[in-house]
Amino acid sequence: MLETELCGIKLKNPTMLAAGIMGSTASSLNWVYRCGAGAVITKSFSIQPNFGYKNPTTVEVSGGVINAIGLSNPGLETFKKELQSIDKGIPKLASIYGASPDEFAHLATSIEDMVDMIELNVSCPHAMGGCGAAIGQDPELTYKVVNAVKKSVSVPVVAKLTPNVTDLTEIAVNAQKGGADAITLINSLGPGLKIDIKTAKPILSNGFGGMSGPAIKPVALRCVFEVYAAVNVPIIGVGGISNYQDAVEFLYSGASAVQIGTAIMYNGPEIFAEICQGLEKFMIEHKFQNIDEMVGLAHV
Amino acid sequence: MHAPNVLEIKKIIEESETVKTLIFDWKMDGTENNPQPGQFMMVWNFEDEKPMSISLIDPIEEKIGISIKKVGDFTQQIHELEEGDQLGLRGPYGRGFEIKGSKILAIGGGIGMAPIASFVDHAQKRGVHVDVISASMTKNELLFVERMKKTGAHVLTCTDDGTCGFQGFATDRVEGLLKDSSYDMAVTCGPELMMKGIFDMVDTHHIPTQFSMERYMKCALGLCGQCCVDNEGWRICVEGPVFWSHELKMIKEFGKYHRDASGTRNYY
Ligand SMILES: Cc1cc2nc3c(=O)[nH]c(=O)nc-3n(C[C@H](O)[C@H](O)[C@H](O)COP(=O)(O)OP(=O)(O)OC[C@H]3O[C@@H](n4cnc5c(N)ncnc54)[C@H](O)[C@@H]3O)c2cc1C
Ligand SMILES: Cc1cc2nc3c(=O)[nH]c(=O)nc-3n(C[C@H](O)[C@H](O)[C@H](O)COP(=O)(O)O)c2cc1C
Ligand code: FES
Repeated sequence: MLETELCGIKLKNPTMLAAGIMGSTASSLNWVYRCGAGAVITKSFSIQPNFGYKNPTTVEVSGGVINAIGLSNPGLETFKKELQSIDKGIPKLASIYGASPDEFAHLATSIEDMVDMIELNVSCPHAMGGCGAAIGQDPELTYKVVNAVKKSVSVPVVAKLTPNVTDLTEIAVNAQKGGADAITLINSLGPGLKIDIKTAKPILSNGFGGMSGPAIKPVALRCVFEVYAAVNVPIIGVGGISNYQDAVEFLYSGASAVQIGTAIMYNGPEIFAEICQGLEKFMIEHKFQNIDEMVGLAHV
Repeated sequence: MHAPNVLEIKKIIEESETVKTLIFDWKMDGTENNPQPGQFMMVWNFEDEKPMSISLIDPIEEKIGISIKKVGDFTQQIHELEEGDQLGLRGPYGRGFEIKGSKILAIGGGIGMAPIASFVDHAQKRGVHVDVISASMTKNELLFVERMKKTGAHVLTCTDDGTCGFQGFATDRVEGLLKDSSYDMAVTCGPELMMKGIFDMVDTHHIPTQFSMERYMKCALGLCGQCCVDNEGWRICVEGPVFWSHELKMIKEFGKYHRDASGTRNYY
């Protein structure tokens, strides 16, 4: 009943791990899949290794977390070995980031044989040197990056967008024009800030960080709703999903699949099985035969 | 809330030339706020944040301590602090030690004595007999010996250079001890290669043992994945840092490699 298809890839259920959460090693990705996720996504990686920001890189705030990990990763060559160690049969997406269309295309071609789909991180709110949201906030650059990757690989390409723009539909439409096979919404919101009042210091070493968790769910849901009406590629919803009810809201808003990140902090990777069980029960009670019947219901 | 709690350093104890214990007031309200031996704190000095084991838990006086060995920039900065200065602490984090049985062997190597010392306090208070091996390179670096003796634990010292107690590695001392004593369980913390040696030994003697592991930590919230270990993918900050021998057997990278802040493997 939960089985679904996304860009031609069969998934046992519509839940996926969000990028950057427990995604730096094949071992943790395999474990998350065993815990019930329908697909897994790697931590975003780049051509060169990156140590990320100094700690503190995360802090809890009301309704979630702000993080400025700084896209730390061991670099393409090392990450390829992790990709090869992911268990056979697990639907897997690589999340990649770079500073130019060429960098993205180089990364994508280097790994396309090892993954089922590629998610382009053009949306990280605290990336350095022209990466992340610096791209995804510019419709033209978004088009160029997506297009460069799309032209170089044959696996489906997913553009993960930032909500921190004036006109999200414009960016989404440009990603679609560039050839995106799907769109992931949203990367962390903000950036946000947390200050320690005893010392008057920002807690994160980077000062600002991206906000995630339950507090951003209404914004993420609105983004999915808005973009669903403007594009005709599938949308993957992410942002504050913590239980099956949240997942249903995203499906109704127009998401064909959902990603889960911060909720793992509260419930552990077992959250995937919990959400799937709840979703299945909900579907039986509401007489849905498959996920597709639920997608976009809030629009009719 | 997983945000640093900025606290005044109430007291500083110089344990050795390279180790200082910092004591803080800590509300013990019977919730998860009450630390367990083997758990750790994320320590924020307003520049950086690192994991440190809780080396002292005093539920009566409502105090906790962390013991820090000077090894690099961060720990150097902490050593320069004085009583009355502030540090941010968030936690406690992770899964601590359990007590099973009534005769326990505790083995600490170097700064690895930190969680072992709070475990020994805890076990002795519950009437469990503990034999402790406190190991270090040399006499001046032996940690918590007097403190643990006061709890009634049987403390055996062990130094590489023989300046105090047994001369040789902790593993050699354990091997000797296991020839004529048996234990219901053991706990250990120290350099990973020392723990690897102990792992092989207690396995042969069928002594269930808990090991405290170290891996690079960023979030300590179980999110970033930086501390995950091969091949099970477990997070040292949540599923660990303490693991039983049968679990450790599944951690294939144990004694072989660990990952740095970028995730690159460093082999031992
Ligand atoms: C669960 C746990 C408990 C610990 N308990 C203690 C303790 O009680 N007392 C103590 O002195 N030390 C403890 N450590 C080690 C301590 O966190 C670091 O080794 C130390 O802070 C590094 O000091 P530095 O930055 O001065 O040195 P550096 O020279 O910068 O680092 C030395 C080494 O420390 C390790 N390290 C550095 N940063 C981190 C990090 N964020 N997370 C994990 N390891 C890191 C790396 O292996 C590095 O190579 C613990 C580590 C962990 C994971
Ligand atoms: C610690 C942390 C690290 C993240 N790293 C990445 C990343 O590397 N790439 C990326 O595209 N998104 C990253 N994100 C964003 C998430 O994938 C997700 O879009 C966001 O957290 C919202 O979902 P959530 O509320 O379910 O966590 C990260 C989020 C967190 C909390
Ligand atoms: S330190 Fe982030 S998951 Fe453990």
